[in-house]
Amino acid sequence: MTKADLVEIVYEKIGGLSKKESQDIVEAIFETMKGSLKQGQKIKISGFGNFTLRDKRPRKGRNPQTGDDIQITARRVLTFRPSQILKTHINDVKTL
Amino acid sequence: MGMTKSDLVEKLSESLTNLTKKECEVIVDTVFHNMKDALQRGEKIEIRGFGSFTVRVRRAKEGRNPKTGEKVSIPEKRIPVFKVGKELREMVNG
Repeated sequence: MTKADLVEIVYEKIGGLSKKESQDIVEAIFETMKGSLKQGQKIKISGFGNFTLRDKRPRKGRNPQTGDDIQITARRVLTFRPSQILKTHINDVKTL
Repeated sequence: MGMTKSDLVEKLSESLTNLTKKECEVIVDTVFHNMKDALQRGEKIEIRGFGSFTVRVRRAKEGRNPKTGEKVSIPEKRIPVFKVGKELREMVNG
């Protein structure tokens, strides 16, 4: 499934929207989420999951190719925690 | 701090002036509902510039009840996994 498939689904299921409008709103959903994460704000989508940000301290690492010691810099990473509803849903093949 | 689904709906209805808040809410629900169904079918979801979601299978294994020490069998389980896209990974680390 790609963004284009989601556009198609929105276009077919929501009446009164043009293809272009459907495309704009799907685009806006992910752009708005990205904007929030960029500002350091986590996202909670009930029934789906949480997108959280974690600050990692710098740590020592090694270049696996050369064996050289390297310093891995401090960074902020994004993680996704699926909600219980999503976890249950994807294991519930009866409703497929 | 943080953004909930209703904050997302609120923001969308502010930027997409041709849509009411209710319409935005229905669309947001439709999008996440269909993503959930795609994962249930075992499909990969790829949102360019954002990231991708895949389903991984955890093999069945033997476990133990930590209270009683009894053996229990843990059945095979499917779990959703998100991999952040390059653009977003760099954006949050900005």
